[in-house]
Amino acid sequence: MNGFLSINRFVAVLVKEFLQMRRDRMTFAMMIALPIVQLLLFGYAINSDPRHMPTLIEMNDTGPVSRAMVSALSNSTYFDIQRPIAGASAAEKAFRHGDATFVVTIPPNFERDVIRGDRPKILIEADASDPTATGGAVAALSGIVSSAIGQALPGAVADLAAGPDPFGVIVHRHYNPAGITTYNIVPGLLAIILSMTMIMVTAIAIVRERERGTLETLIATPVRPAEVMAGKILPYVLVGFVQTAVFFIVARLLFNVPFDGGLGGFIIGLNLFIVVNLALGFLFSTVARNQMQAMQMSFFFIMPSILLSGFLFPFAGMPGWAQTLGTAIPATHFIRIIRKVMLKGATLPDLWPDMVALTAIMAVVTAVALFRYRQTLD
Amino acid sequence: MTSAGPEGAGAPPVIDVRNLTKRFGDKLVVDGFDMSVPRGAIYGFLGPNGSGKTTTIRMMCGLLTPDGGTGKCLGYDIVRQASEIKARVGYMTQRFSLYEDLSIRENLDFMARMYRMPKRRQRVTLALEDLGLADRAKQLAGTLSGGWKQRLALAACMIHDPELLLLDEPTAGVDPKARRDFWREIRSLADNGVTVLVSTHYMDEAVQCDHIAYIAYGRKLIDGASREIPSIVGLSTFEISGPDLRALEEALEDAPGVEQVARFGSVLHASGTDKAQLAAAVKALDGQDGVHVSERSTGLEEAFIHLMTGASDNYAADPSRKVPS
Repeated sequence: MNGFLSINRFVAVLVKEFLQMRRDRMTFAMMIALPIVQLLLFGYAINSDPRHMPTLIEMNDTGPVSRAMVSALSNSTYFDIQRPIAGASAAEKAFRHGDATFVVTIPPNFERDVIRGDRPKILIEADASDPTATGGAVAALSGIVSSAIGQALPGAVADLAAGPDPFGVIVHRHYNPAGITTYNIVPGLLAIILSMTMIMVTAIAIVRERERGTLETLIATPVRPAEVMAGKILPYVLVGFVQTAVFFIVARLLFNVPFDGGLGGFIIGLNLFIVVNLALGFLFSTVARNQMQAMQMSFFFIMPSILLSGFLFPFAGMPGWAQTLGTAIPATHFIRIIRKVMLKGATLPDLWPDMVALTAIMAVVTAVALFRYRQTLD
Repeated sequence: MTSAGPEGAGAPPVIDVRNLTKRFGDKLVVDGFDMSVPRGAIYGFLGPNGSGKTTTIRMMCGLLTPDGGTGKCLGYDIVRQASEIKARVGYMTQRFSLYEDLSIRENLDFMARMYRMPKRRQRVTLALEDLGLADRAKQLAGTLSGGWKQRLALAACMIHDPELLLLDEPTAGVDPKARRDFWREIRSLADNGVTVLVSTHYMDEAVQCDHIAYIAYGRKLIDGASREIPSIVGLSTFEISGPDLRALEEALEDAPGVEQVARFGSVLHASGTDKAQLAAAVKALDGQDGVHVSERSTGLEEAFIHLMTGASDNYAADPSRKVPS
């Protein structure tokens, strides 16, 4: 009698599930919206053959051949030539700041040397801390050179074009000369790990109080929103420190990732990043109506943190709107900080733009979270 | 302001609200509510489920913002000075709302910190001893029985020695013995000058109160000193005794003019608002085998039964109908 499966009971469970699904609009909307949003967002944004990489140029010669080379680089769409610089230290600084992916140096007397047949070399320095970002451009270089030659050497010196290339390029890969992907991924992972745990733990913080009914007792006391927020966030800052320590030990032992930069700047950046994520989680917590929704919102946020932050795919390779979106994501800035510090030996002065961005995001998120947090049950 | 509590004490009332109104969506939950609670009173707040008791209490302690009306609680404005009120009021929620995953001591300690109590450790230890839980201080609050949870909740909302206690159905789901102990505690607090506003739908609790406000469909219908309630309700009561109370009860229930029959030990109390009709109905039984009928004054019990049976749950019904008389 009881051994048989009952269609009626199965239908009862089925109907109940549909009813509950219909009542939980937010979850339902998420399930529908998720594939659409993610497809549109990531389908268009992600590009593993990035073009328009920010390029600075040191023009020590302005002859027609040099200009032909510059325009060939530009026409290839891989290189986005932004401004001229002077001197190796300026190039070094631009790399550490993250202003440039490439620095092109046309040597002095380039034009003369080409005509003499000395076959001079153009120096192309690449920020190889992200091998994916530079790979495509570097591979395209030989084609670019031939097109420049074709353009620049008509008439009198046309015969040069027929022989071996009248000039060449040397590529210097900085920071990660061997192009080890691990060096790029591992530092970024810290940002992702911290984002995930920090946002999730605080996202359920207020909702859990609401679900358990303890929120009523809490707000019946004279406690202020900022006190609740600070009190709920601080313990997890410590958790974030522990995670970071564990991360560095493992990164060092297993992956042998270097740490070349200044510790002070890194620690400030780390604190900012942890707090901004916790504040974000707290904000989700004030919006979500139950723990399930809080988790969904965290997940919804972590996806772009992985895909639009430059963690997996080169930031410079994304279209403008996606870069704008990525700039609003805290992980983007922390990934820059940690890569600069670990791979490029950056110190505090090199990290300012990222620090400012993180601080700005934190201010906005905190303000909205405190505004959203209600001292009443209305 | 001088229209203080029903007893008209000289001191300003502890709670003085006028025309409080609250709506959730298009549902009017509290409608033009007035109340004045004198210092040191135990004020009973009665009404069926969904009548707006919890909402009213929450507005009084600053947990909800009223949509209309004004009010003062302990002399502070309930809208603009909510944090002053929160610091001086002990509010015990209907549902147990302390941290189940904290121990008894940790919960009390948390609350004591919230109110920035001086000599916190001492205060908590004292509260634990008063509670009789000193030896179980490390037990998790979630593992306590209903009665103990309720006592812990009371201790927690008393930890800052509030002048006013707002208790929202504090004894729901608690056994009678624990309820009696609880009320003894409330009484002794009131004797020490604490004002208590307690919502309930237990009749035996209502009789413990000095004053009663009865609310249904978000409107206050009756407000007065407990001893005046029977006359306000306007009920007449006869006491009937006889050998077969069951048969008598059945006979009375169908009789015209008899609005309620309640058994008190070995006698029945039959009550109704139309005294002549009621008298006729009970007199008809008088003189049967061993049946005795006598008129008696209507007690608080009969008045409450009358009030409570007059109104069912207030959740779904249309407020324009079915307002109990």
